[in-house]
Amino acid sequence: MDALDDVTLARRKARTRHRMVRIGIYGAAIGAALLAAFPFLWATVTMFKQSSDLYVKANNPFWFNDPPTLKHVKLLLFDTNFLTFVRNTVVVGLAVTIITLLLSLPAAYALARLMGVWGERMGIAIFFVYLIPPTLLFIPMSRVIATLDLQGSLWSLILVYPTITIPISTWLLMGFIKGIPRDLEEQAMVDGYSRVGALTRAVLPLIFPGIVAVVVFAFTLSSHEFIYALTFNKASAVKTIAVGVPTELVRGDVFFWQALQGAAVFIAVPIALLFNLFLDRFITGFTMGAVKG
Amino acid sequence: MTARTLRRRRYLLDSERFLAPTMMAPAVLYIVALVGFPFVLAILLAFSDATVGNPAFDFVGFKTFSRILDDPVFRRALGNTFWFAVISNVLVVIFATILAKILVADFRGKWLVRFLVLLPWTTPVSLATITWLWTLDSIFSPIDWILRNLGLISDNVYWLGKPGLAMSSVIAVHTWRIVPLAAVIVMAGLTAIPNEVKDAADVDGARFWRKMFAIEIPLLAPIIAVAVLFGFILTVTDISVVFVLTRGGPTHSTQVLASWAFIKGIEGGALSQGAAIALFLFPVLVAVTAVILRLARRREVL
Repeated sequence: MDALDDVTLARRKARTRHRMVRIGIYGAAIGAALLAAFPFLWATVTMFKQSSDLYVKANNPFWFNDPPTLKHVKLLLFDTNFLTFVRNTVVVGLAVTIITLLLSLPAAYALARLMGVWGERMGIAIFFVYLIPPTLLFIPMSRVIATLDLQGSLWSLILVYPTITIPISTWLLMGFIKGIPRDLEEQAMVDGYSRVGALTRAVLPLIFPGIVAVVVFAFTLSSHEFIYALTFNKASAVKTIAVGVPTELVRGDVFFWQALQGAAVFIAVPIALLFNLFLDRFITGFTMGAVKG
Repeated sequence: MTARTLRRRRYLLDSERFLAPTMMAPAVLYIVALVGFPFVLAILLAFSDATVGNPAFDFVGFKTFSRILDDPVFRRALGNTFWFAVISNVLVVIFATILAKILVADFRGKWLVRFLVLLPWTTPVSLATITWLWTLDSIFSPIDWILRNLGLISDNVYWLGKPGLAMSSVIAVHTWRIVPLAAVIVMAGLTAIPNEVKDAADVDGARFWRKMFAIEIPLLAPIIAVAVLFGFILTVTDISVVFVLTRGGPTHSTQVLASWAFIKGIEGGALSQGAAIALFLFPVLVAVTAVILRLARRREVL
């Protein structure tokens, strides 16, 4: 009798414990999500608010005291250069992707397969390029761009961004190529393909996830990068979103708050969705590159 | 095309001695031309008195360096750069470890939580900072509204208007935007802990905290070091947070090397001074990387 009670008691205790853990996990997850997304949630409410509602100190900032309006979203899309900034960002991202793949794919293959010990040393050297970041180079780079007469043209960014994407992409692709069994290429070569032929026919299809990662990375960079874009391009028509939004949607002391917040949300959501899709792949790539080097 | 040239081309496409350098060369040349050369130029500029108006190169030795070192704003910026990075990254390690533990747990609606949690990192920094600029607005800040309605304050806090508060705000925004990246890296480490180790701990009856401090944290130390390395480089070299949030103010209390180099070198046109200010980042980056890589390597992960 006593023993039975002990068992039910223990079972009940375990169940409460389990329930507490579940509540704890959900509480922590919701708390983390709110902390991370708070400014974006507030931005999403803001972009639909009328000015008469927004600029009243006593009004509840998280809800609509006056009916919501699309006025400021329309202003952002049709009366500002926002869409031009988006287009510029995409153009730069596309061009940077092409240059990066053309240069880093062969380099990664050479490092992974053809160079032995030297390949590893070069791989580490590539990592150190990361230590000379844009912040260190933007002033001399502004002279280089001025000398090449590329100021005020998207070409300045297209030329300079691969300096950031090539090292990282080479490192990343090297990890992917090392993950492919050598036998596959050797088989292709036995079948009569040259080494380059084996590369394009046997290796390329298998490292497709790595190539996708490079594309995502190039586009992320062209939308994130700030200091080069701020230094090179002063004209509104050639700004990318990272620089265009904070410099053009503020006129003197007048902040177009609803439009600004709308711009932030419109850019943030698609990029975060994209990253969500590729997060697991990103983690794999990262651990392959950094942990197994 | 004759058979001989065909054979010769075929030979070239198979020869490793030909292929390796040919495949490496474009990438290496690109980096040498557009990272190596500007880096040398940065050093040359720092030892000159070049300005935008007169970019001619005149060697002046350490004069530019002694001039910027005499400037109290520069010393402020140097200290701020260092302390902002150190404090944010200590906070990043704590929050990222917690967040990684949450993200590896099983619960419903995980994709939504993951999406919301990643936002600070995946959004372009300047745009993410714009949302904070509005969240910390001097009059309409929703944080102020909450605090007012809780009766904790009667007026406004002026988050970006007072030196101490502005510095804390910059640190908070840096922490907030880097935690997701660090959490993703730590997550990779957590999933890499072998199941046998976890099972052995369970069999031995280790509970949550014991498991965390006796197993996970020691095993994660190297990958946390990697996360700190990335976090440190991202905070030390960043200009957008300070530039969008405070422009270095009030009265230079949040000035950092990157923003000060931009204000001096590009806006003020003093190329040599801007280059010299930015160069101060280099030894810091090298030192921190050396220390962290050594730590990570001692644990035999890198």
